[in-house]
Amino acid sequence: MSASTTDVTASTGSVAAPPSGRAASGRDRRRAAKLDHAPWTPWLFLAPYLILFIAFVILPALLGLWISFHSWDYTLPLKPFVGLDNYASLFQPDSVNYDSFWTSMRATGIFTLFSVPLLLVIPLFVALLMNAKFPGRNFFRAVYFAPYVLGVAVVGVLWRYLLDNNIGLVNYYLGMLGLPSDTAWTTSVPAAWVALIGVTVWWTLGFNAVIYLAALQDIPVELYEAAKMDGATRTQQFWNVTIPGLRPILTFVTLITLIASANMFGQSYLMTQGGPNRQTRTAIYQITETGLRNFQMGDAAAMSYVLTVFLILLSVIVFWLFRERKEKKAKV
Amino acid sequence: MSRIVSPIRRRAIAVAAAAAATALALTGCGAGDATPGTATEFTGEYDGPKVELSYWNGFTGGDGPFMEQLVKDFNDEHDNIAVKSNTIRWADYYQRLPAAVTAGKGPDVGVMHLDQLATNAARQVIVPVDSLADTLELTEDDFTKDVWDAGVYDGKRYGIPLDVHSLAMYYNTDHFAKAGITEAPTDKASFEDALAKLKAAGYATPFWMPALWPSHLMDLSLLWQNGGEPYSKDGSKATFDSQEGIDALTWQTTMIQDGYSPRDVAIDAQYVAFKNGETSITWDGIWQINDLKDSGLPFAAAPIPTIGDEAAVWANSHQFYLPRQAKPDENKTQAAQVFIAWMSEHSGEWAGSGMIPARKSVRESGVLDDTLQGPIADTIDTMRFLPPIPGVGTVQAETLEVAVSSAVLGKASPEVALKTEAKKATQLMEKNLKSFGG
Repeated sequence: MSASTTDVTASTGSVAAPPSGRAASGRDRRRAAKLDHAPWTPWLFLAPYLILFIAFVILPALLGLWISFHSWDYTLPLKPFVGLDNYASLFQPDSVNYDSFWTSMRATGIFTLFSVPLLLVIPLFVALLMNAKFPGRNFFRAVYFAPYVLGVAVVGVLWRYLLDNNIGLVNYYLGMLGLPSDTAWTTSVPAAWVALIGVTVWWTLGFNAVIYLAALQDIPVELYEAAKMDGATRTQQFWNVTIPGLRPILTFVTLITLIASANMFGQSYLMTQGGPNRQTRTAIYQITETGLRNFQMGDAAAMSYVLTVFLILLSVIVFWLFRERKEKKAKV
Repeated sequence: MSRIVSPIRRRAIAVAAAAAATALALTGCGAGDATPGTATEFTGEYDGPKVELSYWNGFTGGDGPFMEQLVKDFNDEHDNIAVKSNTIRWADYYQRLPAAVTAGKGPDVGVMHLDQLATNAARQVIVPVDSLADTLELTEDDFTKDVWDAGVYDGKRYGIPLDVHSLAMYYNTDHFAKAGITEAPTDKASFEDALAKLKAAGYATPFWMPALWPSHLMDLSLLWQNGGEPYSKDGSKATFDSQEGIDALTWQTTMIQDGYSPRDVAIDAQYVAFKNGETSITWDGIWQINDLKDSGLPFAAAPIPTIGDEAAVWANSHQFYLPRQAKPDENKTQAAQVFIAWMSEHSGEWAGSGMIPARKSVRESGVLDDTLQGPIADTIDTMRFLPPIPGVGTVQAETLEVAVSSAVLGKASPEVALKTEAKKATQLMEKNLKSFGG
């Protein structure tokens, strides 16, 4: 981190500074910076990202916070301030939003719990396969990635019909194979979860696989050669060369997958319509219904913030987990 | 990639992405002029400079081409008015319209469902059109009382009815012939008799009971047939959990228990099955007529049978409205009213889309002769509409639809399902009353 910062400073204008590198004290560096560029220069370099970040992330987030303290229907002239009422109502069992909100949080939790491990492991095996040399490799790479280019609407509607328990092909073929052919894939739980998670894994595994594949190709061949010289078996090579080599990318993949799963909406909206009852209605689904269809934006904003807090905590935990292991390794 | 982005920054991106994804969903708001307007005095004609009208509707189905043709005919007849229609799926329409109008980017004229008028009137998305109705000399006499009254909110008229469209019973004529049924069933006894005959003739599941759309419309129809009301008139309470409501939903579930319908009929499955000849009877909207015709299926349409005590059927209506304008343009407003007047007079051609023209004079002009919806149009007096309560449409989607679905799927008894959701509906309606100022 600090090394890369120095690199950036060097490349942006401290060419004239003595090339003392790490040996230079902090004060020297600060002075050098003062001499060589205006104080706003770093900001200028950050500007392209920063402007977008402020306009599309920070400001909406703050506005959302503001909205969450009001009874907010944007079409009505009066948007009375209600303080923390919107948040309080999410924690009062007799309020109108309590049941639906926590059911939806539970749904998001179930989905995330099962889809994340699958989306971490299956794409890894796909990437390992695709990394091997065999005829038609590019074709198979394309095949595994193909579903990802489809929009959620296509995937959702396609599978809704395929999985329909009365008129769908999936049950029809299961029946021909002599398997149970009356599973209600879209109208009963847990079958609906199996369907939603299965479809999501099929749909998005290509993305994670591509990232893994890129990381696999970054692992130097020399390491494998050295491992072979030391007499390591294929399995030992996997655990001692491949996995450590992938570790930097794993945090990234885990977080991206976690957040994508926690934000799941389209699949249940299109395949199960949140049913049966509201059991597969995810948090984002519930927030959309509350805020955009029922125009209760204050409640919806409060829900968003509760969800955000959960996601931040989860992200911190994941990051901490991955970092911890790295440090232990470094000590050894 | 991994080398450029440091882990800390990656986390920041991830966390920010999470915050953004959730927060972004809530920022479709813009500031708008909050002063309520009214449509200006309508003179009946427009002879000003050429104007272009943006016209929003949701005719994405088999009704779309008929509306396009009507718009084209209108444009051909009017040199100084060019109507540009913008067709948006209804489900998205009611989200986008308030946002667009609030941001000052709404259409000049549009069509919406009757049960959305009160909601949008209360939100000041649309303006009263009393003067237009007066000039056109439209009165209750030319419509049925229900459809005419439902366009009034808070003493003012907001919609000019184009059509009415109800639920209908479609049946496969081949299946009926093979089962020896000669006439469409009209009441509980004849309907259940027909089902038994169809089953005996080898059609194992003749009447699929859907868990979702349009099951709640079947439920409302049956509730009205039983003499109940889904909501109190003042909009303060949901009453669909009354005994009449429980009986209605119970009858729906007996279709599954008696084996006339398979279990777990997922969305649209009953309709696809009907088109494929897998089931013999289905209740659906009359707007499906053209779709069924195109499928080549041997079918006929009839009014839904009276399962309860009196004939009643859920219906809705497409109504023209004028949206509130941030910067009202006198010429456009006049032209928009000319457009509505013309459409209302030419609503006979709209019958081709499978709808029933709302105006009695048009209905009786012969446009419905030999159409499939003709027999259903004759029962227009039995058509029932949702009361003009702001926000009732979304309350219903959130509650009654869930109750019907969970009873049909067998997750809860009709009584428990309806009681639970009616309680929630009442809470939502009280909340709505408060925010709309009673």
